[in-house]
Order: sequence, then structure tokens, then C-alpha cells
Amino acid sequence: MSEKIAAKMTLGEMVKGFIEDWIIVPGKILVRNKKAFVGFILLLFYILMALVGPFIVPYPQTYVCEPYAPPTLLKWPPSLEHPLGCDYFGADIWAEIVWGAPIVLQIAFIAGFITTFIGITVGMVAGFKGGKVDAVLMAITDIVMTIPGLPLLIVLATVIKAATPWVVGLLLSITAWAGLARSIRSQVLSLKEREFIEAAKALGLPTWHIVFREIMPNLMSFIAINFIFATTGAIYGSVGLYFLGILPLTTLNWGVMLNYAYTQGSYMSLSTIHYMLAPIIAIVGLQTSLILFSYAVDEIFNPRLRTQV
Amino acid sequence: MRWIVKRVIIAFLTILVAASITFFVVRSMPGDPIEALTQAFIRQYYMSYETARALAESVAPFVPKGSLLQQYIDYMSKFLRGDLGVSISFSTGTPVAELLASRIPWTVLVVATSLIISFGLGILIGMVMAYKHGSKLDSGLALLFSITRSIPEYIIALLLLTVFAFQLKWFPVRGLYSANVTPGFNLEFIADVLWHAALPITTWVIVHLGGWALGMRGSTISVLGEDYITYAKARGLPTRRITVTYVGRNAILPLFTSFMLSLGFMFGGSIFIEYIFAYPGVGWMLYQAITNRDWFLMIGTFDIIVIAVVTGALLADILYGFLDPRIRRGRMGE
Repeated sequence: MSEKIAAKMTLGEMVKGFIEDWIIVPGKILVRNKKAFVGFILLLFYILMALVGPFIVPYPQTYVCEPYAPPTLLKWPPSLEHPLGCDYFGADIWAEIVWGAPIVLQIAFIAGFITTFIGITVGMVAGFKGGKVDAVLMAITDIVMTIPGLPLLIVLATVIKAATPWVVGLLLSITAWAGLARSIRSQVLSLKEREFIEAAKALGLPTWHIVFREIMPNLMSFIAINFIFATTGAIYGSVGLYFLGILPLTTLNWGVMLNYAYTQGSYMSLSTIHYMLAPIIAIVGLQTSLILFSYAVDEIFNPRLRTQV
Repeated sequence: MRWIVKRVIIAFLTILVAASITFFVVRSMPGDPIEALTQAFIRQYYMSYETARALAESVAPFVPKGSLLQQYIDYMSKFLRGDLGVSISFSTGTPVAELLASRIPWTVLVVATSLIISFGLGILIGMVMAYKHGSKLDSGLALLFSITRSIPEYIIALLLLTVFAFQLKWFPVRGLYSANVTPGFNLEFIADVLWHAALPITTWVIVHLGGWALGMRGSTISVLGEDYITYAKARGLPTRRITVTYVGRNAILPLFTSFMLSLGFMFGGSIFIEYIFAYPGVGWMLYQAITNRDWFLMIGTFDIIVIAVVTGALLADILYGFLDPRIRRGRMGE
């Protein structure tokens, strides 16, 4: 829906149009696309777990599990009371997964958002301004792209004192934006030459109109896909940093669970393997849900594909 | 030739920038090596703080002195001459370059082997997928690979460690080679090294196979649509020859750059796998340097990784220019 038409519509029509555009059409696309539908349901489950879970499941206190039997003092297999069993510290694993979900998701979405924002801004400015600005921005982008991301992330993470989701998200974005900036720039360069942009320029439309109303909609599906990839990348990075114990372990994160499971050697025996499997399944499930959901993103955001629904 | 000179200068600048950034980041880290060593002694030998601190003071001569700027100038001038300083707390007094030189071959062995295996397998699978484009096999594999590609390698490594090292006991749990073999160029030693490297290599292959297969699939599909393939078929050339020399060679070309880039990036990304399998390569070294707060070892290891990545990217650029005749002619004209 373009802005000019929207301006002439009544509020009711606008709401109707909005529902049509952002709920009914994407819903139809999702129902038709089975992979994306499964991904969407799974993702919804994770988001609900993060939003509602902490209100239902009690905070994972240590030493709440009764010793199972004297010889296996430190082994708490799944039971009715504790569906995923308990960890080395006698804390309920299911509660740890639930309470970890908001932290993992916050870091992932914050990092995804910042990465995409920096990538779009740098790419757009470089593509539009051209000349010296472009040359300088692309030189910086090239250097950031070549410096190996994971080792730099690990070195930078050691400096962090307070690992709030915002700090960790920002940290993960530092090494992640360059690839997106480069591709946005080349997309802008090719779109700039297209007739509808030339026409908008000839009409004397302001630059912000050209950027946000003409170019952005054409890049939306590309940006959305890259946002999802930035999120999966951030989950990989943040969980990994916690797993190595480089970020302070003072938070409830699936990476912290993985760290304890590894350092306590839960992989050595089948009777303790559930300490490790729980965070693994949670992480793989989340990554899979995002990847499956991305199958529908192109259809939902690409204006040319949408018309076929 | 001018573009090669330009690329070399940019690569050199990147290394300098990265080395400078790490110097200042590492030096602003909380905690100093003497304190880290003190804490390590307390944990390991249950010493009192005073005894541990006194013992840890032995590393003091190796801790840099003077203002930060002075240290930076000192470090960079040594760095440019190939001197990476000495280890402070990991292995007090040993030159960092020496420590790294003994670790690099192991990481190169694992990374290069797994890259070749995953690239080769990926190319084959990707071509099959492209030829069967749209079939159940194709869409099933595409789905599987897009999921395996997003599973972190530390998760795959942990699962392989659990199943094949601890439960089935087919492979060793840790280390480079067994204690009872004599290192050298003999069959027993080589077999033992490969046996120890098997799980790290398998982890890399599982993580990277999907990317290569999907990349080759896309590349092959676009080549199959080219006119020269239709023409080659019309000329009645044998299918085998079309598949190998016409389709295969042209489809691999765009993947070549990523191949060279991967070499450097896997080199830098080996920290998780080497940590989990206790495989003392470059990534393991970086982990040790960080936990020991060993400044020069950290900076040195990071610099070596940056040099590997930048050199890989530079070589990819130059070689690609020679491999693709279109670029070769364009650039020679410059």
C-alpha cells in the first residue's frame, strides 16, 4: 500500500488494509508453505516460552532435587516431578531452559537488529553518496570483513565486565555487519539505475522518499532474510562464548548450561547425558525454527511475489 | 600487475590495523598475568595467596613496562621484524613465535583435510542435486543441508565426542597422538595421528558439507541454463565430457574464492573444536592464552590467525584473476 493512497483512506480502511497486508496474506503464505509453517509454530513456541514461561515455571533454585539414591548422589534422571531431570547443582533443567530462553532470544534479536541496522545504514549511505564517502566506508567494510570474526569476538569478549543482553548483542554485531553492508550497497547501486528511481528523481521527490518508499520495499525481503541469518549467527556466537566460559557465567543462558555440562564431564556417561542434551536440543530447535521460517520470508516481503497470492 | 600491488598493500594495512586493535583491546583486559597465575596456583596446588603470589612473581621480568604507547611502539616494531614477544604466564619466557610454530601444523592438518573432503563431497552432491533439480531427493537434501549448516560446530563436536569417543570408544577422547608411538615419518605414527584427528575432521565436514553442496547446486543450475551447454549437447558431445569439462569446471569457478577464504576462516574458527577434543592447535592456544591472561601469546595467536585469513583472501583474489579468463584479460589491460 503506497503512502498516497493510505492518506485518502479512513481509519477503518487503514486498519483493514493493515490486517490484510500483515496478517491475512502472510497467514495464507504460511499455511501453503509447510516448512515455513512448522518453523513458525516452533518459533512461536520459543517466543511464548520466553515471554510467559518465567511466570509459570519457578526460578531454577539449586539443590531442589532430592538425592535420587545414595550411590548416584549427583545423578538426577528425568522424573515426573522434574521432566528433564536435574543438573549437577540439583537445579531443575526444564526451569533452566525456560528461564534461559528470554536471555538467548533477547541477545539474538538485539544483535540481529543492530547488525541489520548498521549494515543497511552503511550500505545505503555508501551506495547513495558514492565518491569519497563510498570509498572510505567500503575500505572500513573490507577490513572488518577480513578480520576473522570469531577470534576477534573472543578477544573483545574478555574485556566485557557487565554482560547484559544489550552489551552482548552489540558485541556480536561489531563483527557481523560488514557482509550485509556490502550487499546492500551493490543492490542500491543497481536499483539506482532503474527507471522508477529515475522517474522519482525527475519528479523532484525528496531523498528520504526515494530511500524509504522506493528503494526499501524492494530490499525488504533481502533485509528480512539477512535479519534471520544475523539472529542465527548471534545465537551461535553468544552461546559459544558462554560455552567457552569467556563471558561471565553469572546468567541463565543455554551456553552456560552447556559449559557446566562439558566442564563437569556429563558426556562421559549415559546417566548424566541429559544435562548436555537439554541445551543442545533447545539450541538446535531454535536454529531450525528460524531457518524453516526463512523459507516464507521471501514470499511475505517481496512485493512482486505477494501479488500471486 | 598494478591491481596485485594494490591488493597486497590493502592486505598489509589490514594486518597492521588488526594487530593494533588487538594490542589495545588485550592490554585493556581486566586482570593481569601475575594475578591470573596466582589464582591458577591457588586452584591447582591449594596454596595460600601469599605463597602463590610469590611464586607467580617469577613471571614479572616478562611483563612489559613503560607507558602503553611506548609498549605499543615497541611491540609493533618487533612485530614487523617477525618477533612476537615472549609468553608471560602460559609458558614463561618461551618466545610466542616458537609456541605457535609447534601448534600451526596440527591446525593446518585438520583444517586442510576437512576442507578438501567437504569440498569434494559437496561438489559431487551439489551436482547430483542440480541434475535432479526439483526431485524429492533434491528438496530433501536442500532442507537437510540448510539445517545442518545452521547447527553450531560445538554442538556437533560434543555429540560426536559423546557417541564415538565415550560410548562406542572407536576414537580417542583427546590429544594429537598416542604416547606409545614414536613421532616420525612411519606408518604407525601417521595412522595414529589420523585416528586422533578423525573426530575434529568429521565435525568440520558435517558443518561445511551443506554449504558447499548448496553452493554447487545453485552454481550448476545456472551453468546448465547457459547457451554453450545447449550447443555442446547439440554437437553430440558425450554426456560425461559435458558434465565434467563444461558444467563442472564452470560451476566450480565461483566457489573457488570461498574455498580459499574458508581455509583462513576455519583456521581462525578452530577454537571450539580444538577446545572440545583437547586438540592442541592454534585455536586451543588462543583459549589457553585467554584463560591465562597471557597478553603477548593472545596478541600473537590472534595476529597469526589474521595473517592466515588475509593471505588466504589475497591468494583467492590473485588466483581467481588468473583462473577466470574474463577477469584475466580485463586486469592485464590495466
